[in-house]
Amino acid sequence: MNKTAMTGMEGSLAMAEAVRLANVDVVAAYPITPQTHIVERLAEMVANGELNAAYIPVESEHSAMSACLGSSAAGARTFTATAGQGLELMHEVLYVASGLRLPIVMGVANRALSCPLSVWGDHSDVMSVRDTGWIQIFAENGQQAFDLTLCGFRIGENEKVLFPVMVHIDGFHVSHVVEPLYLLEQKQVDSFLPPFKHPFPLDPDNPVTVGAFAVPILYTEARKSMENALRSTRPFISYVFDEFAKLSGRQYKPVEHYRTEDADTLLLTMGSYSEIAMEAVDQLRDCGEKVGLIRIRLWRPFPFGELRQAVENCQTLVVLDRCISPAGPPGPVCSEVKAALYSQKKRPNVAGFIGGLGGRDLYVPEFIQMVERGRVIAAQGGEEIEMIGVRG
Amino acid sequence: MESFAVFVPRLVPQKDYLAPGHRACIGCGEALALRLVMKALGRNVIVSNATGCMEIISSPFPTTSWRVPWIHTLFENAAAVASGIEAAQKIMNEKGSRTNMAKVVAMGGDGATLDIGIQALSGAWERGHDMLYVCFDNEAYMNTGIQRSSGTPFGAATTTSPAGKVSIGQSTWKKNMPSIAVAHDIPYVATACPSYPFDLMEKVNKAVATKGPSYLHVLSPCPTGWRHGGDLSVKMGRLAVETGVFPLYEVVNGKYKLTVDFPKLRPVTDYLTPQGRFRHLPKDEVERIQKGVIREYEKLKKKVEA
Ligand SMILES: Cc1ncc(C[n+]2csc(CCOP(=O)(O)OP(=O)(O)O)c2C)c(N)n1
Ligand code: SF4
Ligand SMILES: [Mg+2]
Repeated sequence: MNKTAMTGMEGSLAMAEAVRLANVDVVAAYPITPQTHIVERLAEMVANGELNAAYIPVESEHSAMSACLGSSAAGARTFTATAGQGLELMHEVLYVASGLRLPIVMGVANRALSCPLSVWGDHSDVMSVRDTGWIQIFAENGQQAFDLTLCGFRIGENEKVLFPVMVHIDGFHVSHVVEPLYLLEQKQVDSFLPPFKHPFPLDPDNPVTVGAFAVPILYTEARKSMENALRSTRPFISYVFDEFAKLSGRQYKPVEHYRTEDADTLLLTMGSYSEIAMEAVDQLRDCGEKVGLIRIRLWRPFPFGELRQAVENCQTLVVLDRCISPAGPPGPVCSEVKAALYSQKKRPNVAGFIGGLGGRDLYVPEFIQMVERGRVIAAQGGEEIEMIGVRG
Repeated sequence: MESFAVFVPRLVPQKDYLAPGHRACIGCGEALALRLVMKALGRNVIVSNATGCMEIISSPFPTTSWRVPWIHTLFENAAAVASGIEAAQKIMNEKGSRTNMAKVVAMGGDGATLDIGIQALSGAWERGHDMLYVCFDNEAYMNTGIQRSSGTPFGAATTTSPAGKVSIGQSTWKKNMPSIAVAHDIPYVATACPSYPFDLMEKVNKAVATKGPSYLHVLSPCPTGWRHGGDLSVKMGRLAVETGVFPLYEVVNGKYKLTVDFPKLRPVTDYLTPQGRFRHLPKDEVERIQKGVIREYEKLKKKVEA
């Protein structure tokens, strides 16, 4: 493996660097904290001639995603980034991107939703776009933001896939943190990422009708075939992760494990809090506790098999959500995990916690508390929503 | 791209790029306008179509009326989608991954253009994309059942501006979209009507030849929404022009020019009376409309003479 030297870089800039190395054709974006550094850097690259791309400074996120639809449908490699309210404003457009099978890659710097207004991180924005039909991958740090953005293009644009891809980075905790990381050389990226070839681009020499409407006798079948197609991208996603490992030495998996061997209690996180959870696991292991950590990397398509396998031998599973489902079941991740395990004969007791909302920091003690409280709640059935790191 | 200085019947291309057999109502003036626009555009185009009547009549899966590449995504974003197509084409040609350049044409109804999509359109104009935007103005949200838009004329009854005991129907004056286009300093803006097919097609050609954004605002009689006979659509368009309700003009680099003018305008009643949507109007309101039309026409003439 020929590695470049380690550099210090902000997560946002690492993502922008991946987009540059992917030699993207079109970037259409609108500023919103905490995503702005990504697109500012891309605009700067275009302005300096470091990146030969069209940068469309659209007048809203709705138009950002709409311009991405047009660009991708014309056959161009297309990127955008957003967060929070911006993702909400894109909402209806996101369904069209997946329905039309346009492999746009989007960085999302996860942000809380108004109101109250908060520019800080949580997963409320992500969870509201859960069912938009995008492939969704979580990066936990700057290195992963770089790596998984490259994987995103490779996965989405493949002819067997042709789905848009969101690469989630937690607002501020990843987007604004300078971390040591390894980049890749242009020729390494070129060997990993072939040029995008849209099978039916908008082209007067071969006219296609894109975006027809479907009557009731057809709509269900159209949605079914789309859902089948998204589900069946799973093997290829793992294949791309393996290929990327060959290139970089960094192996990603749909569900990742940390010190899970012989664990009776497992924490489950998604996003940047996994790193603090790991520290908590280390401390608990030092005290002789059999505790491990499961991280969901691939949020969609949901990794049912890997998740079931990962938790089958533990007694207690403690899930952290960074989003509330007001007056509903425990957080969305916890609900999905529970639903995925319901059919299993052998399954752990599950306890759900909600925390880290709107940029509220959680530290090692909170994770240790979640493990301790979680064991109690889970043994009691775990139906109550418990919040962690909250006053009053 | 076919190019002809003047459209006369003998020279109009036979080929249609909007195929017959679509599902528009009988006598639909908007479908006629679209067909003429497509005829004049020729084959080297990519169309971005907003949701609305023209999209719905032409694209029930798995059939299509479109003989050119066509994309429909949503109601309010045709101009933004077109921005993406235009930018993609340019950069791909520059980078060598694509070797043809089509004219990008976005289109939508008055609702898509004057109301919900005005922001996306304004953004596209301001950024200066090389694209034609065509508004097919039938003066209401027809696809969803004749609801008022900001393009609905004063006094017209629609399903959301109904005439009633204490209402004369639409109580606001039609938004002047061409002047909003002109305010963006784009190089070519024109009004047109399918009742004047050669004038319309010439304007399409001029718009296509224009580098940068161009805007065509096409009054498109809708027998279903205006409540007149399907055989009267062409006549309604002519009356709209001859009464001064909808003057035909173009604005080239800010310079206004009437492309059809009359020594004397017909009274607006000629236009209003055959249409069910105005039938409830009392005399004084008709008089008010007449005055409004004269006032606007005079304003336009001043711009032409300026
Ligand atoms: C965001 C959104 N709001 C509302 C609609 C419903 N809708 C579809 S077409 C339409 C009216 C179209 O009117 P116009 O643009 O004037 O076109 P026309 O059908 O009259 O040709 C409406 C309200 C929609 N599709 N999307
Ligand atoms: S409602 Fe009007 S515009 Fe729509 S198809 Fe019918 S006649 Fe044409
Ligand atoms: Mg309309």
